Amino acid sequence: MNSTLLATIVILTVIGIVVAVVLYFVAQKFKVEEDERIDLVEACLPGANCGGCGSAGCRDFAQRVVAAPEIGSLFCPVGGNDVMQKVAKVLGREAVAQKKMVAVVRCNGTCENRPRTNDYDGLASCKVKAALYSGDTGCRYGCLGCGDCVAACKFGAIKMNPETGLPEVDVTKCTGCGACAAACPRGIIELRTTGPKDRMVVVLCNSKDKGAVARKACKAACIGCAKCQKVCPFEAIKVENNLAYIDFNVCKLCTKCVSECPTGAIHKFNFPEKPAAPAAAPAAPVEKAAPAAVKPEVKAKEVTE
Amino acid sequence: MITFKIGGVHPHDNKIAKEAAIAPLAPPAKVAISMAQHLGAPATPVVAKGDKVLVGQVIGEPSGFISGFVHSSVSGTVAAVEPRADIAGNLVPHVVIDVEGDEWDPAIDRSEAIVKEIKGTREEILDKIKACGIVGMGGATFPTHVKLNPPAGKTAEFLIINGAECEPYVTADDRLMREKPEGIVIGAAIMAKVLGGCKCFICIEENKPEAIAAMQKACSGYPGIEVLKLKKKYPQGGEKQLIDAVTHRQVPSGALPIDTGCVVQNVATSYAVYEAVQKNKPLFERAMTVTGQCVPEPRNFLVRLGTPLSFVLEAAGGVPEDAAKFISGGPMMGKAVANMDATTQKGSSCLLLLTEEQTRRKPESNCIRCGKCTDACPMGLEPWLLNKLSRAGGQYEALEENKIFDCIECGCCLYTCPANIPLLDMIRINKAEVMKIIRSRAKK
Repeated sequence: MNSTLLATIVILTVIGIVVAVVLYFVAQKFKVEEDERIDLVEACLPGANCGGCGSAGCRDFAQRVVAAPEIGSLFCPVGGNDVMQKVAKVLGREAVAQKKMVAVVRCNGTCENRPRTNDYDGLASCKVKAALYSGDTGCRYGCLGCGDCVAACKFGAIKMNPETGLPEVDVTKCTGCGACAAACPRGIIELRTTGPKDRMVVVLCNSKDKGAVARKACKAACIGCAKCQKVCPFEAIKVENNLAYIDFNVCKLCTKCVSECPTGAIHKFNFPEKPAAPAAAPAAPVEKAAPAAVKPEVKAKEVTE
Repeated sequence: MITFKIGGVHPHDNKIAKEAAIAPLAPPAKVAISMAQHLGAPATPVVAKGDKVLVGQVIGEPSGFISGFVHSSVSGTVAAVEPRADIAGNLVPHVVIDVEGDEWDPAIDRSEAIVKEIKGTREEILDKIKACGIVGMGGATFPTHVKLNPPAGKTAEFLIINGAECEPYVTADDRLMREKPEGIVIGAAIMAKVLGGCKCFICIEENKPEAIAAMQKACSGYPGIEVLKLKKKYPQGGEKQLIDAVTHRQVPSGALPIDTGCVVQNVATSYAVYEAVQKNKPLFERAMTVTGQCVPEPRNFLVRLGTPLSFVLEAAGGVPEDAAKFISGGPMMGKAVANMDATTQKGSSCLLLLTEEQTRRKPESNCIRCGKCTDACPMGLEPWLLNKLSRAGGQYEALEENKIFDCIECGCCLYTCPANIPLLDMIRINKAEVMKIIRSRAKK
């Protein structure tokens, strides 16, 4: 018994050693020279493989960064400047700081603003809906509301608001990878930089219809009146095809256009709410989405007085 | 009795408007005539605001090889030439005309007399069909003059006149066959002459015995034309299915019917050809069914093209209280109407009203691989597989290998699916993508 056991152990050990030696020499012979910095860079990256940088995944991006002479425009939008600093440290190069990009949904066609003209009962996919017809409202440019962008987001940064029927972006979670913008068949979602404290001024409309047509379909539509263009002191706003567009690289967040817009199509985001009157300071400052009925009415009255 | 071999389903035919004679509908106060009433490039408008037009006058000219003439369906003044929403809400150029009186182009023969003698050479007849804007009236609206002029080296052995009308509810072709059988037969004879004197079959499904009797009577003087009775099965009226049923020939994947020596034309097209060649009447009105269980009195109308759908519905008694969905065409292949201000076109055979209960989609569940969709597919495809690949996203090569482009979008798979999976919705958008890829490859 013992001799059998011993023989087995010895034979297997010998086979193991022989194979290990053979494999070692084979591995030496066919060794692929790979820059070890690729692994180090990859370790710095978020590992989401989202493709937001334009590469096929995080490893592909690491290879590109290592191979490139300068970091230059190569940028991981998900990791942002922090990750790029780490990558630069590994490679001993200079990282070019880039502004954070976030997605904005340029449509404010809420159920209230944009009355439904028909009911869609087909497959819940914007892509299918857009291929079938012009949508369940009078607007041919607005949000279709089936949530293809929500399904595309890997970071849980975009959610459907059941009250408005529109997707809402959580700026703190959004990495600016652009998956939602690519998923939207109407091209409503735009990637843009933000100002300090994530402040933004955006035209929340995508309608290129003439003013009367756009207004008939949606109360909050941009009618292309160009009042914002005239009031803007920095020439950041251009009206083309009956639609105003604010160039986020030029905009200085003065918010003059917001109060000028006759349809309320221009919105400001993440600005501190001004107390309406000292006496009527709201109990809890609520951002956007006014709560139910009574309070806002009272507030509005006081403001008009 | 004959029918096609592969697949097919048997929906209830619901031909509730079959006893209503085709009633001419007076033109509305204003018509909007679409310039995209045919397959291919939209016509170019040749009238401007303020122009006076007569019934039958050309208002749009073809802008390509696969394109067609568009004629005014009313007399009056052109109010606008502008983009307007079609039934799907997409903008298409329209000519809007304010109707004044009903003055026809004097060249049109408005008498009731039937003209039997076929005059003119092949080329003259083809020119006439083109000039009168005749397109396939079964729904695909392919320009008829192109179909009747097969490419060099290909000859037609059989002309198949499609009176199958396999779509449930629709009765416009049935009524036309019962009321105007002589015209249809003469139209068929004209097309057979253009195709070089080929054998002609008029195919009608068994659920239209009156139409079969009327057509058989009208065919008596024409030895080359025969009426065939078909078994009732959807989608018998599909071009490829009809060729299979009549000749037992299969149109190969990617080929055209003419490759099997067949040309298929709808009965309404045949009648339009008769009117164009013998009566000099362009295509500006057609038979259209307004039907549905909720419609108090289902009717068949002879409508002028460009009449708003809401006007047609008003003539049939207005919108019933329980109507939930309007469909242009039949329930199987028709399109839901998103805009009732849209107007009738050369391909509008039916306006169907369904109730909430009839249209409700049942909740979708998982595919249990029962294979019902594969059995039902008349093109021999595997809809469950195409759906699976479509949902995976980006699987265009695999979809092409599985012949997604052969799908005729008949909806049999969706009709049979016990799990209520929207198979056709998924297949349709991916078919469009694959077709795009194939076309871009051909360009290179």
